[in-house]
Amino acid sequence: MAIRLTKPWHDLNEAIPLLRGNLGVFELADKDGQVLYIGFAGGKSLYGLKGEVRDLSARITSATQVRHEVNTAYQSRFRELLMVHVADYGKLPPYNIELNHQPGRLGRISPA
Amino acid sequence: MDLNLTEEQDMIVGMVRRFVREEVLPLELDLDPDADELKPEDQDRLVEKTKAMGLYGLDIPPAYGGPDIDLVTRTLIAMEMSQHRAGLYAPCYGTFGGAGLAQLFEATDDQKERYLYPTLRGEKRGFFGLSEPSGGSDPARAIQTKAVQDGDDWIINGGKLWISGADRADFGLVFARSDSDKGRNGVTCFIVDTDTPGFHVRRIVHTLRSAHYATELQFEDMRIPATNILGEVNRGFAIANDRLTRQRIPYAAGCIGVALKAHEMALEYVPQRETFGAPLSTRQSIQWMLVDNEIDIKQSIWITLEAANKANLGEPFRKEAAMAKLVATEAGGRVVDRCMQMFGGLGVAKDLPFERWFREMRIRRIGEGPSEVQRHVIARELLGSSLR
Ligand SMILES: Cc1cc2nc3c(=O)[nH]c(=O)nc-3n(C[C@H](O)[C@H](O)[C@H](O)COP(=O)(O)OP(=O)(O)OC[C@H]3O[C@@H](n4cnc5c(N)ncnc54)[C@H](O)[C@@H]3O)c2cc1C
Repeated sequence: MAIRLTKPWHDLNEAIPLLRGNLGVFELADKDGQVLYIGFAGGKSLYGLKGEVRDLSARITSATQVRHEVNTAYQSRFRELLMVHVADYGKLPPYNIELNHQPGRLGRISPA
Repeated sequence: MDLNLTEEQDMIVGMVRRFVREEVLPLELDLDPDADELKPEDQDRLVEKTKAMGLYGLDIPPAYGGPDIDLVTRTLIAMEMSQHRAGLYAPCYGTFGGAGLAQLFEATDDQKERYLYPTLRGEKRGFFGLSEPSGGSDPARAIQTKAVQDGDDWIINGGKLWISGADRADFGLVFARSDSDKGRNGVTCFIVDTDTPGFHVRRIVHTLRSAHYATELQFEDMRIPATNILGEVNRGFAIANDRLTRQRIPYAAGCIGVALKAHEMALEYVPQRETFGAPLSTRQSIQWMLVDNEIDIKQSIWITLEAANKANLGEPFRKEAAMAKLVATEAGGRVVDRCMQMFGGLGVAKDLPFERWFREMRIRRIGEGPSEVQRHVIARELLGSSLR
């Protein structure tokens, strides 16, 4: 498994109906591909990835694209994606900060 | 060994049991089922409670401000603390505090100032870096990370695999080969700050345990001052071995706690659940699962308490600790598996904690030395150290 999320981006409106209720992680981006939010669908998420992406995209109106990965180890994958984002861009995605959707103490990672 | 709890033990165990049931379990209703941390405000509130109970910093020796509680009682407490969903790897979400890396109690005064005391105050975190891609069962032979002396410093190159918490740590114990001709007598333990140039956490290693993950580390020309050697040059393996032996007792106790909780839930469930016109509890196959659980749990408890008692008395306890780790991890896995079976579909759903316990319990037969290595340790104790 690649450290970064390598799945293709999809138009949000087209993707949501096709998403299913799986556990996993996802990224929302604006039209320029800038990642705005990294999230996960966990054991408490109603309708899994479909529900989370739908709810978050309604709150983050500048998001136009989504990519996702079905993954039962969603907690560690979520943290890994946040850490990689910080390694690449020096800070968390803007809506993870604004919505305070981040773990208590995020680790540091420096992918090769 | 007296098999009855003293009045004090009974009181402390009861207090911890109430804490888990009244404070921890209700919070888990709102948490993600794989979570391993509480909301900060809940964490702070519960820490205040464990402090008020006089049980904060359980593993810290009294000389360093910890409560004066013997190892048998601490083992009994550990069997209570894991009786919730996240309990195996995050007992009570860390609200009882901890000593962190116990090896630091043997550190120099300067090292204690820089690493031990900040850890005890909750300001710093450490990791334990022994296992490598070349193998974790027999680290004395497998360690390939190299330390070469350069004046007053040592230059470390190599890497570690499976290291828990290194990405969030401020420092760690890194075991490196300082003399390639001396086998287990050629390993030195270094205290490494994670902001040292050349220290890299390369990736998270995703396992069955989702929140509390392991990491892979790489060291590139990491320059460590000789003042950061823990213990003596080439004597690091004794430090690792001592830690592994001691760790086996609480490790076993955590598994027993989960097994006790799973068993308790099954005992409550089977008289209520009916199939083919009768409660499950009337079926002999179900009764036998409960009986086997009871036997597995009782055996694990006594073997683990015997190990704790020997350690408490200052007697050799390597064999007993290995037996406790072996028996409790394997029995814990069987108990959780049987309970899942009795709960049917609910047993494997994320609605209940069994599926998390099942995944995490599977790791316990490998982490901290696989079952086969525990048998090897026991055989060596029985047959003598000539056994390789
Ligand atoms: C989630 C997780 C977290 C961990 N955290 C840490 C950590 O924080 N720090 C750290 O240093 N290590 C950590 N470990 C490493 C752990 O201690 C090792 O995985 C373990 O010691 C086994 O080493 P290995 O994986 O290299 O397997 P190997 O050494 O390659 O062994 C493979 C298998 O061979 C068998 N085997 C080995 N020896 C014998 C024998 N003598 N006889 C018969 N069979 C044998 C066993 O079945 C064993 O499982 C962690 C591991 C996991 C999975």
